[in-house]
Amino acid sequence: MDILGVSLTDLLSRKEKSQAVIDFFFDRIQKHNEHLNIFIDHSDSAPSVKNDGVLQGLPIALKDNILTKYYPTTASSDVLKGYMPPYAATITHTLAHSGATILGKTNLDAWAHGSSTETSDFGTTRNPYDIDYVPGGSSGGSAAAVSAGLAPAALGTETAGSIRLPAAWSGVVGLKPTYGRVSRFGIIAMGSSWDCPGPITQTVEDAALMLGIIAGHDARDATTQDIPVDDYQQQMRANRTLTIGFSDEYMENIDTEIAKEVEKCLDVLRKQGHTIKPVSLIHPKYAISVYMLLQRSEVSSNLGRYDGIRYGKNRSHFGQEAERRIMLGTYALSTGYADQYYKKAQKVRYVIRQNFEEVFKDVDVIFAPTTPITATKIGDNEKFAFYGEIMDILTEPASAAGIPAISIPSGLHSNGLPIGVQFMGRHFEEGTVLNIAHQLESELNFDRLSVMKKYE
Amino acid sequence: MSKFEDYTPVIGLEIHVQLATQSKMFDRCSADWFGKEPNTVVGPLTLGLPGTLPVPNKKAIQWAILVGKALNCKTNKVSKFDRKHYFYPDLPKAFQLSQYDQPFSYDGYYEMTSRRTGKIKKVGITRAHLEEDTGKLIHKDDETLVDFNRAGVPLLEIVTEPDFDNSEDVKQFLEELQVIVRYLGVSEANMERGSMRLEPNISLKKPGQTDLPNYKVEVKNINSFNFAKRAVDFELKRHFDLLEKGETPVQETRGYNENKGITVSQRVKEEADDYRYMPEPDIPPFELSEEFLLDIEEMLPELPHQRIARYTDMQVSLENAYVITRSKNTADYFEGVTKVIEKKSGELVYKSPSLAAEIAKVIVNKKIKTDMPEEKFAQVFISMYQPDDTDMDALATVIDDVLAAHQAIVDQYKSGKENAINALVGQVIGRMQDQADARTVIEELKKKLSE
Repeated sequence: MDILGVSLTDLLSRKEKSQAVIDFFFDRIQKHNEHLNIFIDHSDSAPSVKNDGVLQGLPIALKDNILTKYYPTTASSDVLKGYMPPYAATITHTLAHSGATILGKTNLDAWAHGSSTETSDFGTTRNPYDIDYVPGGSSGGSAAAVSAGLAPAALGTETAGSIRLPAAWSGVVGLKPTYGRVSRFGIIAMGSSWDCPGPITQTVEDAALMLGIIAGHDARDATTQDIPVDDYQQQMRANRTLTIGFSDEYMENIDTEIAKEVEKCLDVLRKQGHTIKPVSLIHPKYAISVYMLLQRSEVSSNLGRYDGIRYGKNRSHFGQEAERRIMLGTYALSTGYADQYYKKAQKVRYVIRQNFEEVFKDVDVIFAPTTPITATKIGDNEKFAFYGEIMDILTEPASAAGIPAISIPSGLHSNGLPIGVQFMGRHFEEGTVLNIAHQLESELNFDRLSVMKKYE
Repeated sequence: MSKFEDYTPVIGLEIHVQLATQSKMFDRCSADWFGKEPNTVVGPLTLGLPGTLPVPNKKAIQWAILVGKALNCKTNKVSKFDRKHYFYPDLPKAFQLSQYDQPFSYDGYYEMTSRRTGKIKKVGITRAHLEEDTGKLIHKDDETLVDFNRAGVPLLEIVTEPDFDNSEDVKQFLEELQVIVRYLGVSEANMERGSMRLEPNISLKKPGQTDLPNYKVEVKNINSFNFAKRAVDFELKRHFDLLEKGETPVQETRGYNENKGITVSQRVKEEADDYRYMPEPDIPPFELSEEFLLDIEEMLPELPHQRIARYTDMQVSLENAYVITRSKNTADYFEGVTKVIEKKSGELVYKSPSLAAEIAKVIVNKKIKTDMPEEKFAQVFISMYQPDDTDMDALATVIDDVLAAHQAIVDQYKSGKENAINALVGQVIGRMQDQADARTVIEELKKKLSE
């Protein structure tokens, strides 16, 4: 059976036998997981097909901060090692009801704090392109699983870059939906006002398929919006010419090869008939400050419950990154500091959002590189203070504004590692973002198979 | 040396009222927790398990605003929930969902006729906000156990201005607040069961002092109205003794020990707690619609003070109107039987200025039990107040006959055994073939016997 590199949508249309597909990926996990450290938990034997909804039993990998009833859910933290949730996340349910088979739980930075999976208490996930490099994070396990062909598709979560950055660094597609489009119920909270679950896939079409399944209002998540879910696959295929915003602020200090790749993409888009329009956006560095304060404040609040009374392990099991974030967040919320830090950051966040809304009056989408550099070497994160913030600089503004954004692989760097580019769109206009990403993808013909073939 | 009377108590109240909703404040889990086996009325959200998200209970919000309206509060049309952070083992998420700077209700007042002075006492209501209750610690031998059944039950915190200067008014306010809350049907507000809790903040102004004292003491663990009065009195006396010695009472939280009738220091507050309030990101801020607020207006029933006004218009005495309105059931019963009696009775004889006033008097004095159906009450009442239709001439003849026939009993009565008259009454009524009013018979008999 040769289904390596076959997209989820194609597997469905080919009507491959689901059990055979499950067995195929299960075998690959058995062979290559130890080497790549992608799955924290997977079943000991090939799971059997449960039912045949839309996904006809096809296997999906889930990031390990998404609650599952039959696998432990740990957020890659020692504090929750072995924790079996008594209930499953809404999106886990939705996937199961749509006929997905959960292959296993993928590695992430502990509590999703990081951009490389290096803060995981269960070891760093390897970048399938070069195992000395990180896959990006925090959804590094999910991105690497799709990249290495250990799963046909996966779900990740993004707070500010955690889907798009690992997608870019691992050469796959990552979609961060609008905040409130996908339920967070049953996702271990990190930055509650930022967290967005989303698909990590081989193709834009797969992302449209997966989003259509997981999107929607959830009575258990008061921040989800009661807006009808679009037919994303249909919107993706529509023949549209768009006005694409492009901002120089997003090109500062970008690796020169990445900058060239961006130019190449702009040429393709122009040739396809789209209009490229220069726009001025607030410099993304402000989003870093906003993110650093608000997300850490929320982290300090969300992690308070792991006090050692009920989860078996006390606070000494928190890693250094979590400790730092708790400290900083606690400080930012304290009396005398909340006004100048937390509240001010809230105001700036609103300004960033307004800035996007203003720019979106003139353009349909905004195009930018996803990351300033390609994947870093394992261990390099220690060389950078605020490593994550620097790597996520180009993804944070969209997260701050809560708008949808997608990263797709555009090509390889001379160092052999993938380069990602992204489109950002208006609130709840995932269809437009998917449409333009699909158009660009079809011209780029990114080779996703070669890397998978390294793992035979 | 000054006298206690020269000092002025300054007392403000924090009152928690548990709302009797079916489900918890942010959770579908049942809120019927009292007396249940520990940790059986819990769900993932009650326990704050990873991944859970709070979804506010609409009914609890309606009821919270309803209580605010009954206390003449203004409503914040834009409101939100906030996380109040602190560590305690009975707090599963390490924060309590509460409201910080945009409570649902604020700036209200309550007027009562003080039993102590007979004058109108106006109490300022600073705010009334909604929050979730915490679990409970159970101390057993050397162990401390946690019961989370109560965690997440909706709790309304009502904060008054420091407008009280005596414990009697505090007690009266609590009693009246309980009555209101029960009228609204939103809580049993039972102090013993903890569905109503009082934490007074107490300090004492020195003679001539115009500004507020530079300290205050909060008292917890008060489980009845009487204990509330005693705890406040104990504290005021304690402060007086310290101030007289030239000392300032320590700013602290004290617990009331009902067995000893004293308060004991629990926690010294050197500086204000830092709860690191943060808007709850999982619940978007509310913009309450006009429609939502109108619904609440419509839920507002006639309140005790309004009923008192209506009853006094019916010439019921103020005292009786007050007593009757202490329970909505009694007030409803009063109105029910009054209607039945008015409809059924012909001419009735009573001394009160109105029939309603007489009925009220009968209910308050418990002359007729109120635990029977309204129809039955009306029957008994009417028979009691029917005009006397005794044939007085026939009665005189019968009495003469009976007295003549029972000389021995007459002698007993005259020698001081007053109870002996009962036997004569029975004889007379019997011979009148029950066509005589007992009171009239007794009256006439006595007249005759004293001749």
